[in-house]
Amino acid sequence: MNTTTYNRRSFFKVSAVAGGGILFGFNMLTAQKTEAGIAEVLADINRINGYIQIDSKGIVTIMSANPEVGQNVKTSMPMIVAEELDVAWRSVVVKQAPLDTKNFVRQVAGGSQSLRFSWKALRTAGATARQMLINAAAQKWGVSPSECTTNEGVISNSKGQSITYGEIAAEAVKMEVPKDVPLKNPKDFKIIGKNTTNVDIKAIATGKPLFGLDYKREGMLYAVALRPPAFGQTLVSFDDKETRKVNGVKDVIRFGDKIAVLATSTWAAIKGQKALKATWTGDTKAESTEEHDKKMLAFLDTPSSAPKRSDGDVKTAFANADKVLERTFHGPFMPHNSLEPMNFFAHVSVDKAELVGPTQRPEETRKQVATLLGMKEDQISVEMTRIGGGFGRRLMWDFALEAAEISKIAKKPIQLVFTREDDMTAGLYRPATKYKFRVAIKDKKVTAYHLTGTGINGQNFVRETFFPAGAFENLLMESHNVESKITVAPWRAPITNFLAFAEQAFFDEVAREMGADPVQFRLDLFEQARANAQKGMKFDYDVDKSIGVIKLAAEKANWGKAEKGVYQGFSTYYSHNTYVAEVAEVVMQNNQPVIKRIVCAIDCGLVVNPIAAINQSEGGVIDGIGHAMFGDFSFVDGKPQASNFNKFRLIRMNEVPKVEVHFVPSLNDPTGLGEPTLPPVGAAIANAIFAATGKRLYSFPFAKELGTQGS
Amino acid sequence: MPTYKLTVNKKKYEVNVDADTPILWVLRDHLNLVGTKYGCGIAQCGACTIHLDGKATRSCVLPVSVVGNKAITTIEGLSEDGTHPLQEAWAIHDVPQCGYCQAGQIMSAAALLASNPHPTEEEIITAMQGNICRCATYNHIKEAILTASKK
Repeated sequence: MNTTTYNRRSFFKVSAVAGGGILFGFNMLTAQKTEAGIAEVLADINRINGYIQIDSKGIVTIMSANPEVGQNVKTSMPMIVAEELDVAWRSVVVKQAPLDTKNFVRQVAGGSQSLRFSWKALRTAGATARQMLINAAAQKWGVSPSECTTNEGVISNSKGQSITYGEIAAEAVKMEVPKDVPLKNPKDFKIIGKNTTNVDIKAIATGKPLFGLDYKREGMLYAVALRPPAFGQTLVSFDDKETRKVNGVKDVIRFGDKIAVLATSTWAAIKGQKALKATWTGDTKAESTEEHDKKMLAFLDTPSSAPKRSDGDVKTAFANADKVLERTFHGPFMPHNSLEPMNFFAHVSVDKAELVGPTQRPEETRKQVATLLGMKEDQISVEMTRIGGGFGRRLMWDFALEAAEISKIAKKPIQLVFTREDDMTAGLYRPATKYKFRVAIKDKKVTAYHLTGTGINGQNFVRETFFPAGAFENLLMESHNVESKITVAPWRAPITNFLAFAEQAFFDEVAREMGADPVQFRLDLFEQARANAQKGMKFDYDVDKSIGVIKLAAEKANWGKAEKGVYQGFSTYYSHNTYVAEVAEVVMQNNQPVIKRIVCAIDCGLVVNPIAAINQSEGGVIDGIGHAMFGDFSFVDGKPQASNFNKFRLIRMNEVPKVEVHFVPSLNDPTGLGEPTLPPVGAAIANAIFAATGKRLYSFPFAKELGTQGS
Repeated sequence: MPTYKLTVNKKKYEVNVDADTPILWVLRDHLNLVGTKYGCGIAQCGACTIHLDGKATRSCVLPVSVVGNKAITTIEGLSEDGTHPLQEAWAIHDVPQCGYCQAGQIMSAAALLASNPHPTEEEIITAMQGNICRCATYNHIKEAILTASKK
């Protein structure tokens, strides 16, 4: 055996594979009742490449590189590897890989990009491994590899000989890594495109430890921190006398403007946190929602010296208009409210740091912790647990920094736990935003479009390459930032989660104003975009795919032909490389609009795992409805006005409509699904509520405008 | 600290904890049964749902001192080997997204089916209103409960 070659290919030590406490697959591995049984299964693993290990019995272990935040990558990404490897899915075990930048690309759960970025790499990993297995078998048989075929983990040749992957795996790892291995024709896919159950389903349904908060380490202390109660405040002093009396509290430490209580149980740490008496100082007067609103509204009437996009001559078109329609929309701050509150394990010693927990962005987390600790990145390990919801919050790393700092000061392994109140009030929200839309109408045509966006602590509140850029010859998009001490973060479908509602609700109003059918109005605009593209105008979306989903949604919802008493609303939006159109249906019950059905048409390329894709799409739709209907979050003197689910209303089962998902059949490379169904739905329901009630909605939460938020 | 005798999943335990310690943290931190989840701490989200003598109960607001002789069942003890009809239905409908709330959802549903084996859709919705799913798998949860109720 060529040792150098072997080492290059063997990138995981068995200890790394067997350790860590996040060893959950299904089938044969989970069937092992004891640690010894699991160790035996893992003992004779042959590492074919970064993603694939095959043992002598033919069990294929596929590493899932990306963080699993509920978007199903831990199932769908290994499906892609297994497809090209040509093994039966029932012989596959999936394991979560740790952060490993040498072997994996983009270990990020964000931007709905996991599948899109990894599609080729995953297929190549599977196909290359398959070719190595074939080459090893061919060598053994003294035949040409081209005479060999594979089927579900068995290699056969034209002489009628056959051998399993498990039997040849030890030989395959010695083979040269082949280059330019051909990939399957998507028409021949056997695993991709089939409903495949979540690999963690049994562990989830039986309560096995999977999540960050489930992680434990011998000698670990639980840490709960007290942070400034209002944005803009710093810590003056604190009294921990009562805290130290709490049974189980071991230590109280100050770090920056925060105080951590370390205890032998979570409850003791929470009690200790509540018993702290702290004095804070700082000017927070500017950090009230009322003040933010004043600043944002002023910006909506302020021309920008550097517009994000300026096409044609907007000024003249407005000057010559028969009519100008102008509307302003208001989006509040929003906490992410992942059901698993923020947490992280850290064990910092003199020359290394171990981090374990739920993160959507392990590589950046390691970098930030390395800077904090003054360590090199290779002194820090990051293990990813299953994530109990992210929605963008766990793209940030504040909790890992806090955990590392506390562990360093305490010189102990610790698990930092946010209480729900900490999670909702400690910061990093979807920024509050406002939008002013104007269109110039002349001779029953829209002759100019002008959008001004503003919000808190953001780089750009408009999307100048998305629709309707391209649809109007005269178009102006401007953005203004309001600086604030309140911290912000990406929130599922950043910016577009509110911008899409505002834009698509406005277009509904414009269409009605012009006496046009809202669906036909959109179709006409996309045709205008096509014509403008031919004249050289640039934008990011594909006109045919945009029109495709609009027509599919309209057809499936029977647009315009709803039965009596059913009111429809339409919306469409392109984001994260995926096209979505939605029709909402509302009925009136007890004089209030009730959302009954959402029909959702999606073009996301090839659908890898339909059952999970439908779940993900429905989740985005209902999440979008929930926050549009009920999401409300404000500040008074820098202090958040809601801190738990008794004050922040999340959607519940009794408020959920039926959701029908239709995918455009496609063999194109897959695009994202974690976010794109969310942006359009706010407008779909707002437009349907208008159809039902005659009332236009311009702000989240709709329930507040409809007078039903308190119910 | 006082000592409490508890029966959890038919096994007897003794724990030394403060009287006000919620059962949630006794289970998670002291008995290493982490299937029961912390979500809000104020009985608003249902992630911590257990059965107390068969009734769905929010363990995050249930002090250890008031449990007495009542039998506690957690997700780990719902069935011997993960074959409760709801656990199987959860797989059939591939319910979870992130999965964090699902143990609480299953425990609420199991208590419903124990008292009402064939609930209507309306009865399911009423019984499950106390459980939040932030990923919004609600329709799949409802379907899975209907499937389990037909077994």
